[in-house]
Amino acid sequence: MIDQYNPGDFYDELFAAKGQPRAEATLLIERIQSLTLQELQRRQQAAQNALFKLGVTFNVYGDNQGTERIFPFDIVPRIVSAQEWSWLEQGLKQRIQALNLFLADIYGEQKILKDGVIPAELIYSASGFLKPCMELQPPQGIWCHITGTDLVRDRSGQWYVLEDNLRCPSGVSYVLENRRVMKNTFPLVFNSMAIQPVDDYASQLLETLLNLAPSGLPEPRVVVLTPGIYNSAYFEHSFLAQQMGVELVEGRDLVVSDGYLQMRTTRGLQRVDVIYRRIDDNFIDPKAFRADSLLGVPGLTEVYKQGRVAIANALGTGVADDKVIYAYVPQIIRYYLDEDQMLPNVPTYLCWEADQQSHVLANLDKLVVKAANESGGYGMLVGPHATVEQREEFAGRIKASPRNYIAQPTLSLSRMPTFLDDHFDGRHVDLRPYILYGKDIYVTPGGLTRVALRKGSLVVNSSQGGGSKDTWVVQ
Amino acid sequence: MLSRVADSIYWLNRYVERAENVARFVDVNFNLLLDSPVGVAQQWKPLVVTTGDLPLFMERYGEFTPENVIHFLTFDPKYPNSILSCLQSARENARSVREIISSEMWEQVNAFYLMVKEASQMQQLSELFGFFSEVKMASHLFAGVMDATMTHNEGWHFGQIGRLLERADKTARILDVKYFILLPSVKDVGTALDELQWIALLKSASAYEMYRKCQHRITPNEVAEFLILDREFPRSIQFCLLQAERSLCQITGCLPGTWQNPVERTLGKLRSELDYLTIEEITQRGLHQFLDDLQSRINSVGGKMFETFFALEPMHQAQ
Repeated sequence: MIDQYNPGDFYDELFAAKGQPRAEATLLIERIQSLTLQELQRRQQAAQNALFKLGVTFNVYGDNQGTERIFPFDIVPRIVSAQEWSWLEQGLKQRIQALNLFLADIYGEQKILKDGVIPAELIYSASGFLKPCMELQPPQGIWCHITGTDLVRDRSGQWYVLEDNLRCPSGVSYVLENRRVMKNTFPLVFNSMAIQPVDDYASQLLETLLNLAPSGLPEPRVVVLTPGIYNSAYFEHSFLAQQMGVELVEGRDLVVSDGYLQMRTTRGLQRVDVIYRRIDDNFIDPKAFRADSLLGVPGLTEVYKQGRVAIANALGTGVADDKVIYAYVPQIIRYYLDEDQMLPNVPTYLCWEADQQSHVLANLDKLVVKAANESGGYGMLVGPHATVEQREEFAGRIKASPRNYIAQPTLSLSRMPTFLDDHFDGRHVDLRPYILYGKDIYVTPGGLTRVALRKGSLVVNSSQGGGSKDTWVVQ
Repeated sequence: MLSRVADSIYWLNRYVERAENVARFVDVNFNLLLDSPVGVAQQWKPLVVTTGDLPLFMERYGEFTPENVIHFLTFDPKYPNSILSCLQSARENARSVREIISSEMWEQVNAFYLMVKEASQMQQLSELFGFFSEVKMASHLFAGVMDATMTHNEGWHFGQIGRLLERADKTARILDVKYFILLPSVKDVGTALDELQWIALLKSASAYEMYRKCQHRITPNEVAEFLILDREFPRSIQFCLLQAERSLCQITGCLPGTWQNPVERTLGKLRSELDYLTIEEITQRGLHQFLDDLQSRINSVGGKMFETFFALEPMHQAQ
């Protein structure tokens, strides 16, 4: 079975070459090899059933049935050696530290703009930049408490940061539930390999949030703020609230009263001290941002600015998610930390610069074009896989608003064996570790490995036919 | 607990109970008709009348054929109190409080919804006999699962109140079905047909066997007394009110017989009136009149629940 697997002309996460598992994957591959096809199918089915029963589901926008689907799960885990992981961890910590300083600066003194490292108009034209957040001073000076950074590898095995998700990154619930399911799928392997546990994520998250509460409160109240049951990540919101033992609230449960944020309970109003919000900036307060938002809490921003409630992530962090700003992260790290960037960026062409734009337009069939402010695999063109019409459409869009587009070379993402009905085949993967910024910076060992289940596809998003795998960091 | 969460658990239980009772309504009518002598016109209109949604039915269907009435009450997705709509609402409410209720409760309400949805594809009325029993059983399962898997905390008590108020209201309406069907033929009172109809009624409230254990003869007065005033039969109105009041005391910590908020007062007053009422007094006033009045008072308890616990307005709205 898996001995027939051909890694092909790609960097493969588990195999150095055909028939040659990487050292850290040897035990796993031996175990998989020892199972019959029926046995593998039974375990794959059992894992899917377990996830469905746990209710690990997501909603798809535009599906008016509001039906939940299970995020497809593959039983072959990704393995990262502890040595490689510790390097990744350092690189991620460096990046988050620098981005946090950047956010504090942008909404404060703006030294980086005054020193001419980043053109000021790029900041002001970023849709994630929020004027009302100027002069904001979040508790402990922390802006991005929860980050989910997307990492990829190219054909040579080189790691890159693909994007920083500093707003409301989702997916961590899959990391926890996938692990739970894998323990039942390969219990023997867990016994014989030292796999770093991920189960303390909820405790770490709660600590991170409690760290933000105004000091002197004996029992600060933390809540998770969700847009509601129709949101695609509702399961995760409810899961995290449950795991932390805090209330899951919607905007309509909250009200600003007597200068504080309060929630409506059956015993009257009760003060809320920390919000883990899973609502985008623009929808969180109809008084400060989009007036048509029904999801948010009128007046929340004002209470927040006065330091009477803490919000994670801070409002305004989206500016650092802008894919044009992303291109400046190497300079940002150098500017604030005086260090070289450890984890490289993917080379990025900025369409607002004339010469780079003409290069992009001339090479649309080779590049990946992305809208600066989209996520979830939306607003994206994968040049080599696109039709002539699609490329023409994007060329038009780029010319119409060059600030809003960037392009990157089409990376030949690393692949790994994936179990498909009755055989193993290579599929492209990425990796999203979760980083918590509290008293210290904490990185979940591993993270979410997303896999593009369609053959040859490079798009791993759940909304676009992606699935997930467990990720093991092993000694 | 969050008002919204309490509200959702309350309505989750109300909707499941409502679906069960709609099934009971239709079932009682089926049974009554089967026992009717040939030639007696089938009466489906009373069923719609007792739901209180006659105008809606007239507008959408017009004619009281068995097909129309059953479709309206069972599978009409546009009628908010049809069995299908009830389950849809119950499921939505459950989904929004999934981290509060037990996963078994969620699974049960989800399976219940899927069962009803699948049944809505059925074409023939004759296929539906088994369906109504299934709906009743699924509702009982849900109540049992909730009782056995969820902590009996504040949220659980809100759920109980929702279920019990709904049940009290619907038992009143089931009695009313009989009233409407009898109305055109007062001369039949006391005949064999009359007795058969009362038996069918008791059976639809799952009350026949329990009734027999405490009363030997089936007389209209005693059936009504059993379904309204019995303190131990779980579908009688007084039982529901007693238990709802007990749950309310658990939520507010109020002593029985005292009140601090409008729900406690409204519910306590109604329950204590029934404590001292006899069936003779009720029939003197007229059963239909009494039941009608009772329904609006149970409604007002629901209204007070909403004002007191769910629709909390802040004292000082910041500008």
